[in-house]
Amino acid sequence: MEATNQSVNSARKNKRALIWKQVKANRTLYSMMAPYLVIFFVFTVIPVFVSFLLSFTSYDMLQRPRFVGLDNYLTLFLNDEVFITAIRNTFILALFTGPISYLLAFFFAWLINELPRRLRWVMTLIFYAPSISGNAYLLWSLIFSGDMYGYANAILINLGFINEPIIWLQNTKYILPILIIVQLWLSLGVSFLAFIGGLQNTNKELNEAGAIDGIQNRWQELWYITLPQMKPQLLFGAVMQITTSLGIASVSIALAGLPSVEYAGHTIVTHLIDYGSNKMELGYASSIATILFFIMIGANLLVQKILRRVGS
Amino acid sequence: MAAKESPILSATKSNLESIQREAQSLKIDDLNFIARQKLRRKIKRKKRLSRSVGGDIALFTVLFAFGLFSAYPLIFTICNAFKPLDEIFIFPPKLFPKSFTFDNFVDLFNLIGNSRIPVSRFLFNTVFITLAGTVGHVIIASLCAYPLAKHRFPGRRLISALIIYSLMFSSHVTGIPNYMIISWLGLIDTPFAIIIPAIGYTLGLFLMKQFMETIPTELLEAAKIDGAGEYKIFWKIVMPLVKPAWLTLIILLFQSLWGADGGSYIFTDSLKPLSFALSQVVAGGVARTGAASAVSVVMLIVPITVFMISQSRIIDTMAHSGLK
Repeated sequence: MEATNQSVNSARKNKRALIWKQVKANRTLYSMMAPYLVIFFVFTVIPVFVSFLLSFTSYDMLQRPRFVGLDNYLTLFLNDEVFITAIRNTFILALFTGPISYLLAFFFAWLINELPRRLRWVMTLIFYAPSISGNAYLLWSLIFSGDMYGYANAILINLGFINEPIIWLQNTKYILPILIIVQLWLSLGVSFLAFIGGLQNTNKELNEAGAIDGIQNRWQELWYITLPQMKPQLLFGAVMQITTSLGIASVSIALAGLPSVEYAGHTIVTHLIDYGSNKMELGYASSIATILFFIMIGANLLVQKILRRVGS
Repeated sequence: MAAKESPILSATKSNLESIQREAQSLKIDDLNFIARQKLRRKIKRKKRLSRSVGGDIALFTVLFAFGLFSAYPLIFTICNAFKPLDEIFIFPPKLFPKSFTFDNFVDLFNLIGNSRIPVSRFLFNTVFITLAGTVGHVIIASLCAYPLAKHRFPGRRLISALIIYSLMFSSHVTGIPNYMIISWLGLIDTPFAIIIPAIGYTLGLFLMKQFMETIPTELLEAAKIDGAGEYKIFWKIVMPLVKPAWLTLIILLFQSLWGADGGSYIFTDSLKPLSFALSQVVAGGVARTGAASAVSVVMLIVPITVFMISQSRIIDTMAHSGLK
């Protein structure tokens, strides 16, 4: 027994020595990575843990954090009706905007890819422009403005559908649909570009080979030949889309306000911003952030798992 | 350019092989005599497959309809900026201005010019934040991406995994600790409160790393045999080859930094960026709607111009963005 223990120990020691040797041999590489990794750990990795720890405390940045156990979580789920509304709204928004914008991004990328070069350039620009045009989404508040100068009202009155202006952004019935429309308008972002890039890199010879081997039409070609080649981009696009659609906040705050009427546009992130920036209850806000973290990671891992099965 | 001719991603390659196998099995299993006949006719006629004409018309109608939906608000914003105020509030609203005017921009300039702090100060703040953040990010993230993409060393897999996980949650999650850390570091009320976290943007690092993986390893080995050190290889060989990826990182950071308004990090008015000053103008109410459209144009024109110039390179980079 002792002999085997010793040999296990020495093997372990050897392994450690080997790793240490590799580390020393690669020290130039570590020095190259150091500046980025310091920033990455300080502003991304460590904050996740800090947020997790803070979520068990009551903290306002002036006094030391006070340990409160699971109180924040219990309050969130049992006593904070607004949070339940926020979760519901977040999931409604995510379920509409996430899958739709993902499919649209791919579908449009696929169609654009067949256009002549110049037109392809123009269409890519048009579709991507909303997501890089800063706060141009504020224009939607002009469109859905509550008086008759709001464009939506003007058009509907003109066509005779309504007699007096609808106060869109104060009406709990319309806030979520409007947020979905605006978010879809903004949705052709990084994943859309990734799809276009991926499609341009697919192997054209395979399409010809497929045509000879019995692929009947473009839809089959898409399914059997193009999609399997695009898998890496599809996975990447899904991550981008899920993270965005679960993190909807700025559009809601800009259009519906914080808090919105009867919290109709309230999401998990606006709830987090409300407690973190306005009410300065950082412990409570951290528990919201922690829940958001697990929802986002969970949704992403689940979708990755599903998508990896496609075509295999 | 070597980067363009470089072999397709290894993942695509292995996919390709499996597809070829699949295609072959299709050939053996599924083709009966009639299908063969059909095929022969098809090959004679045309190699390219097509959908039905009606379907094509429907699809492209949808495409252009969404294009209109996408472009209309932006075109509207731009047109509004050149309308006199009474035309903005005309009923029913019109898209194109009847009498073209630069008044809104003059108004905007006067409104900001009337504040205690000159416009040039705000502009300088924004340009400084945008430039420092973008340049810093491109260099520092590329330095980190190169070893991750082209070398093996202890810790590489852990770091790569952490980066992919960090793409899976938004920055809201880390907002509170970030604020605490920035204030502990004494960076509150300095432009660095915005610049330094921006340098650590993970999507940029990820895209750069994916793109660098396409650089042929032989090229780097040849340089090594010639006696070049890692830093020299990085600056002389790697960085020139990944220019398309620079542009991608630049536009991604540019769009977020150009619109940064300082939020809760910068209090002193003279340190605030341009978009803060502009948002004050918008907050002035209905009478300033004209100036507000001018603001939107100023804010959107710069990132869109950058994207127009660099579109093809960006898409080149994005082609390698995939997760394996």
